[in-house]
Amino acid sequence: MYAFEIERPSSIADAVAALKSEEAQALGGGQTLIPALKQRLAMPEQLVSLAGIPEMRGVCKSDAGELCIGGATPHAVVAKEAMADFPALADMAGHIGDPAVRNRGTIGGSLANNDPSACYPCAALATGAAIITNAREIAADDYFQGMFSTALEEGEIITEVKLPIPEKANYQKFVQPASRFALVGVMVAKYADGVRVAVTGASENGVFRWSEAEAALSADFSASALDDIKTSADGMIGDLHGSPEYRAHLIGVLTKRAVTAAA
Amino acid sequence: MPKDNGIGASSKRREDVRFLTGDGQYTDDINIHGQLYVHFLRSDVAHAKINAVNTEAAAAMPGVQRIFTGADFEAVGSIPCGWQVTDRHGEPMQEPRHAVLAHDKVRHVGDPIAAVVADTYAQARDAAEAIELDLTDLPAVIDMKEAAKEGSTKVHDDLTSNLCYDWGFVEENRDAVDAAIKEAAHVTTLELVNNRLVANPMEPRVAVGDYDKSKDEHTLYTTSQNPHVIRLLMGAFVLGIPEHKLRVIAPDVGGGFGTKIFHYAEEAFCTFAAKELKRPVKWTASRSEAFMSDAQGRDHVTKIELALDADNNFTAIRTETYANMGAYLSTFASSVPTWLHGTLMAGNYKTPLIYVNVKAMFTNTVPVDAYRGAGRPEATFQLERVIDKAARELGVDPIALRRQNYVTEFPYATPVAVEYDTGDYHATMDKLEEIADLKGFDARRKESEAKGKLRGLGINSYIEACGIAPSNLVGQLGARAGLYDAATVRVNATGSISVMVGAHSHGQGHETTFPQVIAEMIGIPEEQIDIVHGDTGRIPFGMGTYGSRSLAVCGSAMVRAAEKVIAKSKKIAAHLLEASADDIELKDGKFSVAGTDKEVEWGAVTLAAYVPHNYPLEDIEPGLEETAFYDPANFTYPAGAYACEVEVDPDTGKVTIERFSAADDFGNVINPMIVDGQVHGGIAQGIGQALLENCSYDDTGQLLSASYMDYAMPRADDVPFYAVDHSCQTPCTHNPLGVKGCGEAGAIGSPPSVVNAVIDALHSGGHKVAHIDMPLTPGRVWSAMNS
Ligand SMILES: Cc1cc2nc3c(=O)[nH]c(=O)nc-3n(C[C@H](O)[C@H](O)[C@H](O)COP(=O)(O)OP(=O)(O)OC[C@H]3O[C@@H](n4cnc5c(N)ncnc54)[C@H](O)[C@@H]3O)c2cc1C
Repeated sequence: MYAFEIERPSSIADAVAALKSEEAQALGGGQTLIPALKQRLAMPEQLVSLAGIPEMRGVCKSDAGELCIGGATPHAVVAKEAMADFPALADMAGHIGDPAVRNRGTIGGSLANNDPSACYPCAALATGAAIITNAREIAADDYFQGMFSTALEEGEIITEVKLPIPEKANYQKFVQPASRFALVGVMVAKYADGVRVAVTGASENGVFRWSEAEAALSADFSASALDDIKTSADGMIGDLHGSPEYRAHLIGVLTKRAVTAAA
Repeated sequence: MPKDNGIGASSKRREDVRFLTGDGQYTDDINIHGQLYVHFLRSDVAHAKINAVNTEAAAAMPGVQRIFTGADFEAVGSIPCGWQVTDRHGEPMQEPRHAVLAHDKVRHVGDPIAAVVADTYAQARDAAEAIELDLTDLPAVIDMKEAAKEGSTKVHDDLTSNLCYDWGFVEENRDAVDAAIKEAAHVTTLELVNNRLVANPMEPRVAVGDYDKSKDEHTLYTTSQNPHVIRLLMGAFVLGIPEHKLRVIAPDVGGGFGTKIFHYAEEAFCTFAAKELKRPVKWTASRSEAFMSDAQGRDHVTKIELALDADNNFTAIRTETYANMGAYLSTFASSVPTWLHGTLMAGNYKTPLIYVNVKAMFTNTVPVDAYRGAGRPEATFQLERVIDKAARELGVDPIALRRQNYVTEFPYATPVAVEYDTGDYHATMDKLEEIADLKGFDARRKESEAKGKLRGLGINSYIEACGIAPSNLVGQLGARAGLYDAATVRVNATGSISVMVGAHSHGQGHETTFPQVIAEMIGIPEEQIDIVHGDTGRIPFGMGTYGSRSLAVCGSAMVRAAEKVIAKSKKIAAHLLEASADDIELKDGKFSVAGTDKEVEWGAVTLAAYVPHNYPLEDIEPGLEETAFYDPANFTYPAGAYACEVEVDPDTGKVTIERFSAADDFGNVINPMIVDGQVHGGIAQGIGQALLENCSYDDTGQLLSASYMDYAMPRADDVPFYAVDHSCQTPCTHNPLGVKGCGEAGAIGSPPSVVNAVIDALHSGGHKVAHIDMPLTPGRVWSAMNS
């Protein structure tokens, strides 16, 4: 770790102001950023902690039927407070990392980081969430731009995430045995106007929507509706833990399981 | 009623109180006034020529005291290998120089190039980043079979090739084995990989060097399993410091698993630099450094052939193994694939002819050395896998095939030069069939099938050799040290006892078990006895802890020393009781005269020894302290039978362990609870190897599994509740406690059970898969099912 200064603003406005400096970087729960700093992979001069901003924490339900989660809300809080309205999301949040990670790591940090194996990007995309920043509202479909890449501008912070609550949903995570991130993760979310399916962990372009499965499931929300759809191994990640073919295969298995579990 | 004191009692591990309450004193807890910190600049490429190391800018950075490079160590000794193996042709192995800091070339990712010593650790690390390196990258050789090819890149330019040795064992049997395989009714062949592992003790390595100028004395605090071995190797071979000027202290050590046996460059560096700078120098490894500098384990590529006659009797075994040494020869690297592997190829079976060939290769990877089991897991795995494959090919029951070929008469001289003193392999298999409820397997398989899962059962036997080792024998085999151990029993005036032992406890629970033995011998409470270990300044010259040797070898030394103490104390008691020493009995902490009611307490006798007012000073010296050295007459041979039941998810290839049972024969058992714990831990590591752990390099020598994000350690939910039993006991015939050793058994016996179980599960689902290399990750199992 290199030496840095730390700011602890208590309002979004102060945080945004502090982040104007080019050498400053937002700090959420630090579960990704702090290990990177320890490895000396980044050298910000200043960290701006978002943990002490009350308006960025908490979970509530909007009149429009969205689950609204403050950008600095830790996973453990989501695991508890989303349980009644959006159990699939609560379950997903409750299986991220270990208790320490869940008590520190935040939804904003996860979405800003957009790790290709992370869980929240999958939920945001599967629900067609709105990513609210200090400056604007970004639709999930426009937000994710490939591995570790998002529509966020320099110094822009995620203040809130609004996820339309589905009629039925399920998240299936097949863990990579070392990191226990998703080797492949699939969220299926059924709405009155159709089904959305998002896949994490598998593609070299990060989280993506599986449109063929969406079409089939929108017509017939059952696992057997997916029987004739195959995923291609092209563009899938191949590494120590699984080949592109294996990941492509898991997408099909997990999507079916998610549908069965949701139905 | 179960005992609550002495041998056989499940006494609670007294050391755990300080470990679990944060009061342990580990090497990193040692901070000496004025200490400096060293950071090693390590190679990030696997193979390169070092043209220049420019430290000028770095040396001017804040807090930097001095920067050392390879040039500073040119005149310093090479990190030695402790075992010289002689090859098939009678030639000594090729032994490269291993400098403390790399000079001419770097040979693996993590090879240290420079060492920055500064006032703080951060300053040292900052300055290391300012060092300018001029390296010319060279092609790296990673694959052992590539390394063996004519014209391959050489890891060491001054050696004739990358071959460390080509070992044949027993060379005289070679032709006879070839002939037997030719004539056999059936031959089963299996090619397999024993995957490379990272040891991953919870505590990373640490070293603190200290130098007292006024006395010209060095002290090294280090995370070692064997402080005397480090003193011997570093003092005599590397730095040239005489023993009486060098003290090595290994305080609480947070796990070793073998990788803390060896003498490492960082220890020599801290000792050397402390004298140069006249200030203490401390190094604490980061976890990343541990991945690229702790000696790694296993890494064999093997072809094994098992020949059987028409009645399914084993007639011959032939193996050919490539064993990875990595870039340099670590302390015991050469002995692991040879004397700890070839000698175990007979397993539990009376195969008359065996030939083992091992080609040890240098590659541009981290050195490989002993890791829990060391050579014996590699032997057991290939043997028990090939027997399972043979049973399947022949359509016979795998247990029956094993039983038919078991050694049943002891002592048994194997065709691979060792003699098993005792054992009862049918008894442990009987016990296993009972505790694993093998009768209920078919019903459990049906339940799994109803859930859409494939269930498999894997069983195997194992044998290992512990209690390392008779010095005269290992001397003939190339060991450059004796392998005895030593203990001093110091009885204090009030009757309490300190036992100074050469064995080192880094998780094994010696502080609990060793006193149990003394408590039993004298008949006093365990609490009255403490052991002292881990400090060459306080203990006699013992060789430390590895190879499940502590109780069998050091415990035997302790018994011998205690016997001397008891003999002397009987003389004192005889004087006090005015009787003859021959008539004195010691029981429950009291000396009595046989056939009378005259008695005297242990404490009264010990007091008399130190306050000798009424004492036979003309016949015996005052005081009550005795030392014994014990050199074992043979190895010990723990053995057993293991069973694993798995479920395989046919959709994903994911394996879950449903049941695991272990029936072990460890001879006599001192503390059953601690033995259970040792077996549990060993099995967890074996399951880790079988399903999860994989130290993997890419073609350029970059470590792909360089952190816990990619190196999968077993976690609590990866392992089942175990059924373990050690009630089958055939005591060792040649040590005074009749103990055999239990530290490695779990890690040796379990990998084949897991793999055998998965193969069985796949066959039950119609997948005719002959073998899958470890780790059996979901992806590998799925591809095996679908290819
Ligand atoms: C052991 C372990 C296991 C894990 N397992 C999983 C898992 O199974 N699934 C999973 O999805 N994740 C997993 N994670 C990641 C975890 O969810 C992290 O919490 C998350 O990736 C980052 O969130 P954070 O709040 O800690 O962000 P930080 O680490 O603080 O920041 C990450 C990045 O986001 C930026 N940032 C932080 N907050 C904001 C914000 N509000 N607006 C804009 N930018 C912001 C930072 O500047 C930084 O660039 C794991 C992490 C660990 C350490």
